[in-house]
Amino acid sequence: MNKSPRTIKQKRALWAWLFLTIPLIYFIAVRFYPTVGAFSISLTQWNIVGDKTYIGFDNFIALYHDPVFWGVLSNTFEYLLLGVPISLLLSFIIAYYLDQVRFGHGFLRACYFIPFLTTAVAMAWVWRWFYQPVSIGIINLALGEMGILQLDFLRSTTQALPAVLAPAIWAGLGFQIIIFMAGIRAIPMTYYEAAKIDGAGSWQILKEITMPQLRPTITFLVVISSIGFLRIFDQVYNMTQEGEGGPLNATRPLVLHIYKTAFDNFEMGMAAAQTVVLFVILMIITALQLRILQK
Amino acid sequence: MKPIWSAKKALIWTLLAIGAIIMMTPIIFMFSASFKYNDQLYDLALISSEPTLSNYVYLSQNTQFLTWMVNSFIVAIIVTLSVLFFDALIGYTLCKFRFKGRTVIFVAILSTLMIPTEMLVIPWYIVAKDLGILDSYLGLIFPGLMSGFGVFLMKQFFQGVPDEYLDAARIDGLNEFQIFIEVALPLVTPALSALAIFTFLGNWTAFLWPLIVTSSADLYTIPVGLSSFSGEFQSEWQMIMTGAAVASLPTIMIFLLLQRYIIRGVILGGLKG
Repeated sequence: MNKSPRTIKQKRALWAWLFLTIPLIYFIAVRFYPTVGAFSISLTQWNIVGDKTYIGFDNFIALYHDPVFWGVLSNTFEYLLLGVPISLLLSFIIAYYLDQVRFGHGFLRACYFIPFLTTAVAMAWVWRWFYQPVSIGIINLALGEMGILQLDFLRSTTQALPAVLAPAIWAGLGFQIIIFMAGIRAIPMTYYEAAKIDGAGSWQILKEITMPQLRPTITFLVVISSIGFLRIFDQVYNMTQEGEGGPLNATRPLVLHIYKTAFDNFEMGMAAAQTVVLFVILMIITALQLRILQK
Repeated sequence: MKPIWSAKKALIWTLLAIGAIIMMTPIIFMFSASFKYNDQLYDLALISSEPTLSNYVYLSQNTQFLTWMVNSFIVAIIVTLSVLFFDALIGYTLCKFRFKGRTVIFVAILSTLMIPTEMLVIPWYIVAKDLGILDSYLGLIFPGLMSGFGVFLMKQFFQGVPDEYLDAARIDGLNEFQIFIEVALPLVTPALSALAIFTFLGNWTAFLWPLIVTSSADLYTIPVGLSSFSGEFQSEWQMIMTGAAVASLPTIMIFLLLQRYIIRGVILGGLKG
């Protein structure tokens, strides 16, 4: 080994590169190379067994003219546009009041939080059972006992999507509540005291102090939950017949469509093009939200 | 000032308690159904007049649920250990060392957070197929061994570790790796536990990639196993609920044991991450 004196600075830089060698190889091989791969496969027609044929943007053009794909996109946005406002509104209201409660606080918080720790696949089957027609499903059983009409839930093209969305909202609430409560706790008490001295009512304090102070928290939760709802998969795969996203594609979101295209039909090029669409949607939505909410 | 129970407070408390019951309903009914026979399933009594363990016995003797549990534990634990070690090491290096290319590497790793997993599964699948590691443990674990999220989280936390501590250790003659393990890591245990919680939970519940990469039932993780089992056992809801209960029990148990740490960890990971 060359024993030439090295400065401490050089020696430490050497350690840094030693520490980073394996991680860099990993990130290049398992993140960057596949990312480039997804883009390049999206420009081909390929059934995984045969040869790849380069077809330019034909996959994207085909998607543009495919009514099924537009239906899938519209479902995906329906999950987003229902899921985000409902879950954020519910979790904020619960967090706002739970924060003021002392008696049994820890127990109530645990009840709200535990669903977040469950396995989405397991809970999808529990909810699927709840939604079954009468004599099996407990929701219809309860409705029946109250003498209210029965609901079709997963068998209806209009009710199925909200029915599939419900367990996704339910499971995410605990996380959002915890984050909202942490945000509320982080607001300095002096703000409230000053407002009280000025004679502000609790509604005014909520509007003038709590909400503006919670802006970073709200931004974070909107972005995170939007990404989550745009990528919904586990619930739909497990709650619909044969994991098809039915009835009549009424619940099929983009990720399930990608899965079916790639691993049922083995149209790898087309599926990769769909993942590129997902990527672009996520980027645009996130950028828009950050722009609007951070100002 | 002592808390006084006004009518308004009592109303808020009652509504919150009702909400809490609603939140727990699916979990309670799942466990309740797992102790029932098929023909008792349809009465709404939570505790059946003749509770039975027969569903659990059936699952353990006639299905591969135990194998799937073991698989899930192996995958989740290996991935979590790897993420803890490497993400801490990367975060530490990017925070505490000065060298050319540091910012570029940090931004590059951070940018991987923008790439959705769904976009990577197709290339991963093709590479795994070419390498012959489809349907293997290696195939299950390789996508998760390091994460951009963890690197970011750890880097944030190492900023709170004073350089003087590290310099003191250098004077004591520890090498850089020893300093990382013996001096720096113990100072960021809250961040490590937050990262451990998120990584373990994420892998325990992961569905899409395990569904894609495994094809033989011996290698299913618990979500994939449960999904395929439930698809076959349609209408045997007490069996499906028992499987779902088995899948959910470990994380719920861990929560009940470590509640305070987990909630703190989720807040740390959520806010700093």
